[in-house]
Amino acid sequence: MKRNSKFVSNLITYGIVIAAWLICSFWMGNGMSSSLKAMLVPICCYVVLAISLNLTVGISGELSLGHAGFMAIGAFTGAILSTWIIAAFPEMNKDLVLTLAVVGGGVTTMIAGALIGIPVLRLRGDYLAIVTLAFGEIIRNILNMFYFSLDGSRLFGSFGNPNIPGKMIYNGAMGIKGVKMLAHFNAGVLLILFALAVVLNLINSRSGRAIMATRDNRIAAESVGINITKYKMMAFVTSAALAGMAGALYANNFYSIQSSKFNVDTSIQILVFVVMGGIGNMRGTVIATTLLYLLPELLRDFSQYRMLIYAIMLILVMVLGNNPLLRNLWMNINPFRKPLKRRAKADE
Amino acid sequence: MSERKRTETRMVPYPSGSFVPERDLGAQPVLECSHLGIEFGGLKAVEDFNIVMGPTEIGGLIGPNGAGKTTIFNLLTKVYQPTHGSILLQGRDLNPLTTVEVNRLGIARTFQNIRLFTNMTVEENVRIGLHNQIPCGMFSGILRLPAYFSAEKKQHEKAMELLSIFDMTGLADVKAGSLPYGAQRRLEIVRALATAPKLLLLDEPAAGMNPHETEELMENIIRIRDQFRIAILLIEHDMKLVMGICEDICVLNFGRIIAKGTPEQIQNNPVVIEAYLGKQRSEAGAEKEEKA
Repeated sequence: MKRNSKFVSNLITYGIVIAAWLICSFWMGNGMSSSLKAMLVPICCYVVLAISLNLTVGISGELSLGHAGFMAIGAFTGAILSTWIIAAFPEMNKDLVLTLAVVGGGVTTMIAGALIGIPVLRLRGDYLAIVTLAFGEIIRNILNMFYFSLDGSRLFGSFGNPNIPGKMIYNGAMGIKGVKMLAHFNAGVLLILFALAVVLNLINSRSGRAIMATRDNRIAAESVGINITKYKMMAFVTSAALAGMAGALYANNFYSIQSSKFNVDTSIQILVFVVMGGIGNMRGTVIATTLLYLLPELLRDFSQYRMLIYAIMLILVMVLGNNPLLRNLWMNINPFRKPLKRRAKADE
Repeated sequence: MSERKRTETRMVPYPSGSFVPERDLGAQPVLECSHLGIEFGGLKAVEDFNIVMGPTEIGGLIGPNGAGKTTIFNLLTKVYQPTHGSILLQGRDLNPLTTVEVNRLGIARTFQNIRLFTNMTVEENVRIGLHNQIPCGMFSGILRLPAYFSAEKKQHEKAMELLSIFDMTGLADVKAGSLPYGAQRRLEIVRALATAPKLLLLDEPAAGMNPHETEELMENIIRIRDQFRIAILLIEHDMKLVMGICEDICVLNFGRIIAKGTPEQIQNNPVVIEAYLGKQRSEAGAEKEEKA
């Protein structure tokens, strides 16, 4: 019965995404404002980023503050790949190019995640958070040193040397220019469904249970023979790969993009989506990300207060969410509440 | 029933000054510790600890608080790296191995302060114990390959089978953290058993249990030994349990073994009485009267 209820819960999560997709598809043909249309793909990207960060923060229990770094690696890999593939194989189907770019971004980021995970996952708690924050910035600065150019269909790349032949596509700190904006809403929704499937399937499998066991009680997990490093790494690398894929899709949605976009603010913003949606709660993350991304646009007049409101909301959620008095109150007014265990026992 | 089982066994001396049950004499001992010790910055927490356990022996480790009993468990499971001596599990040296590898080789334990995965259900806790017994890779889990479904089914069946030892199948979907104390202790034993150990270490299994539950636990420990054919080493302060089921008892004080022997020998050992057991009330009373 327990597993059935989990299965139903996962179906509801997929259902919400598909319903939102249907509504938006219908709305797009019937007078959706252009500013909202432009936000659809970024929303999808941030939903995927938040889902992937929730795997690290919620399921694996490691506070990572460098998620934008992984997004950056995926974004630049994806954008360079799509530009180069279009130059080399102009006949290729555009969706296939986008798929290749997204997969390429994911694979590159997966490798980067594994390399970063080796030193970072030796740490715990606050120290891990600080080091991931640093790695996020290091990635961004290293990316500023890369140069890529296209000479016909040949791709040139260098590290620290801008003198390479052909037309510059990725010019260090100036970022990438001339991306062929292949991303579209349907691709975004597909990526969300893919990320959800990966994360939810992982959680409800032997590996996922091992990851959660490592989070809940390290010593006990070791005592039953769970290789802690392996499962922390598994969560971290999966999370990085999904973030890279989201980054690749994100970059393919804009004509130009600079590495300054992927700074600490972006990392914190994704973390806010995760905390607001519920740590370890994928459905909540999807909903919270969508709402929180839309809100600043809807309240454009107050946009300069956005970070202030985020901070206050974050504190309120952390303080009030754990207040037993308010929890009780919520339990009593919530029409969908589950009966309390103690009460059920007394009835027997 | 438990009383009868124990008195049947005869302990026979083993070369290094230990005793093993007569039935285990021909077999290779499951655990051999020689001169095991650990120092924490000059403090000798455990010193010169020697023990031999037969493959189906139930051993007891008793002693006053702070004597180093739990430290020995931590040494055996390699939570601490011993500074002296050696541990052999079925003849294999555990010194270079990690906690995880020691568990895979066959030592499972429970904890004095219960360490369950409290946010997960009872069944999930046991399934985590089955981690290395019924493997299923990450990709078959994510892609939901047929291997995933067959492994999940096997895990479910095995978990239920293990839970039925303690009649806990009805609690499979309950959160482990909301179980009563005694049930949490039992679940921890089930989780340890799920790792298919050759040696089970129980750290105060009866702590917080009422006399009736303790009685049941005693029978269950013997049943587990007979059913799984494993050795069990337990730390316990409940003398009824220790004297009732242990075949060989080792008494520790200040990190050193002060006595070894069968329950009868231990109960009558003046050193143990002085350090740990104390005099029986009637005796103590009689002495007082004499003085008066």
